[in-house]
Amino acid sequence: MRYIDEFRDGKAARALAQTIAREVDSSRRYHVMEFCGGHTHAISRYGITDLLPPNIRLIHGPGCPVCVLPIGRIDDAIALAVERHVILATYADCLRVPASKGLSLLKAKAKGADVRMVYSSADALKLARENPDRQVVFFAIGFETTTPPTAVAVLEAQRLGLGNFTVFCNHVLTPAAITHILESPEVREHGTVPLDAFIGPAHVSTVIGSRPYEHFAREYAKPVVIAGFEPLDVMQALLMIVRQLNEGRAEVENEFTRAVTRDGNLKAQALVAEVFELRKSFEWRGLREVPYSALKLKEKYRAFDAEARFEVKTKPVADHKHCECGAILRGLKRPWDCQLFGTVCTPENPMGSCMVSSEGACAAHYTYGRFRDAHRTADHAP
Amino acid sequence: MKTVRTGYVRPIDFRSGHVDMTHGSGGRAMAQLIDELFLAAFDNEYLRAQNDQACFTVPPGRLVMATDAHVVSPLFFPGGDIGCLSVHGTINDVAMAGARPLHLSASFILEEGFPLADLKRIVESMAKASREAGVSIVTGDTKVVEKGSADGVFITTTGVGVVPDGVELSGDRLRPGDVLLLSGTLGDHGVAIMAQRESLGFSTTIESDTAALHGLVAAMLEVAPKALRALRDPTRGGLGTTLNEWARQSRVGLVVDEAALPVRPEVAAACEFLGLDPLYVANEGKLVCACASEAAPKVLEAMRAHPLGRNAALIGKVQEDEHHFVQMDTSFGGRRIVDWLTGEQLPRIC
Repeated sequence: MRYIDEFRDGKAARALAQTIAREVDSSRRYHVMEFCGGHTHAISRYGITDLLPPNIRLIHGPGCPVCVLPIGRIDDAIALAVERHVILATYADCLRVPASKGLSLLKAKAKGADVRMVYSSADALKLARENPDRQVVFFAIGFETTTPPTAVAVLEAQRLGLGNFTVFCNHVLTPAAITHILESPEVREHGTVPLDAFIGPAHVSTVIGSRPYEHFAREYAKPVVIAGFEPLDVMQALLMIVRQLNEGRAEVENEFTRAVTRDGNLKAQALVAEVFELRKSFEWRGLREVPYSALKLKEKYRAFDAEARFEVKTKPVADHKHCECGAILRGLKRPWDCQLFGTVCTPENPMGSCMVSSEGACAAHYTYGRFRDAHRTADHAP
Repeated sequence: MKTVRTGYVRPIDFRSGHVDMTHGSGGRAMAQLIDELFLAAFDNEYLRAQNDQACFTVPPGRLVMATDAHVVSPLFFPGGDIGCLSVHGTINDVAMAGARPLHLSASFILEEGFPLADLKRIVESMAKASREAGVSIVTGDTKVVEKGSADGVFITTTGVGVVPDGVELSGDRLRPGDVLLLSGTLGDHGVAIMAQRESLGFSTTIESDTAALHGLVAAMLEVAPKALRALRDPTRGGLGTTLNEWARQSRVGLVVDEAALPVRPEVAAACEFLGLDPLYVANEGKLVCACASEAAPKVLEAMRAHPLGRNAALIGKVQEDEHHFVQMDTSFGGRRIVDWLTGEQLPRIC
């Protein structure tokens, strides 16, 4: 497969692995957070850790939109479908996420709620046009990557004068979450949680560009290397991070030059700015309330805002008290440190955010890497 | 002049007619549908006897029985349709026991309003598949349900076959040191179906691999009747699911070599696009075989000599593992688990 196989080549991977092994300083450790679930998935799926020296530790960040979606918001979506009898259009990822009262969108659907799986916001809009006598709500989730298509759907609905299409907006912002992690007491008090550098998002950065990360590099002295989602991208980015740390640099570098520019996609940014504005605060599952970390529809698009039309009042729902997702997302703990992991909390029955989607830290480790737990060595301890 | 022929019955309108409730009522309309459609297409001595059952002599050996319900959507897809699929599916389930399939039964649940032209096309496709496989459909049943109570047509087929003495195939017979052989490319059927679903709106040239595998099984058994441990056709859930079933049944671990897995470039591309893993995508004309390692070369040779096994490959091995993990050495150079599927394999968004 052209343009894919080149980035998954085993020979190139071995060569890169040798270079990394040669260049790492064996007297120190390298704690690197990959923010995005896409990277977490690639790392686990291709077994990248097997190719790395033991003193590089990867910390799986909160960049999985399904994982960080609060249970209360899924309860809201289910209530819209069950109590308000709307057609709820959702991405497939959200269907299985457990909500309150043993429900999920998939289970609500089985009980008769009209939940439809869509591949894009345009499909949701199409549903509204095809069902003029029904209210259609698009369950909008995701980071900066999926936000512009939602903006387009809202503008298109306005152009068409659709009175039966609204968006239940749950779009969240990457830089705010990174700031939140860097500002957390464990990370700020130097030495408690080592966090040396970030692998920056791939698809998100195609939209927002590399500029927003310059702040982190400057203010927190953490290198950020933006990387594509293919395994060689990740390896190359790690080499770039090792070099920055060895040389004492803290810069934004771009490994994913085939798709990311410094300014990003200005047209997409303009669309988002037209339709959305910041929320003062938003709950992230695993991170709790994060200030200015999410978007809502502007007042002038109120007619397309499901929260306004259906007077949605979200009730917070707490995770299991032994759930360690918050600590795992900050790099304080790892999946196997949690007593729920692999016992009561599995991909079939996720208790916390990191187990919800295949991109979550716990689900990725459970699905692809748990064979390592049996023979884990002291070498891999933090 | 006499214008009315005695005994004339207006033939069923297979061009523009539709299934209605009378076609399942047990009355004249049903008898006519059976005569003009099912009997005409499947024609054999057992059906001609017009009894509610087929009575036949069974050759020596152990009897194998398998059943499979078919509810595929869309009903017609590149490379096949629900008709031939329902014949191949059950023949394969019987054949995976190492059996020679003998006969099939077919039960139809038809939705009121279903076009008779489509039904005829499906039944003729079943007849062709059954003829080509040499496995006759000897008894059946038809029911009609109200519009909205089914999705066009559902077909359940049951097959019987005979396993010769000395052939012992079962998913619990894998032993450390055995090897895994795969008869061909992964994921063709599932991707062909996905591409047809209208909500996706992309087109491919991929065709379903639907095929009856009993000939291939016979060729393999001929060269190594004792060395084969287990056979399975990795349909729903794909190869990943089959391997996990075996690891659990046999209480062993399996290791697969990703680089050895045959996947068509267009299937790999479609899976990439849809966020699917070919390891978990359905196949309808492929089998995976566990066999003693010393017999592997000649079994592989026999597979490759058969038209349905041309791309056969040695894909992995069996090892001791108290956790019964299925692991994969990735082409990239790492190792990972090939786990049970969680829920249905749904496309990811980003």
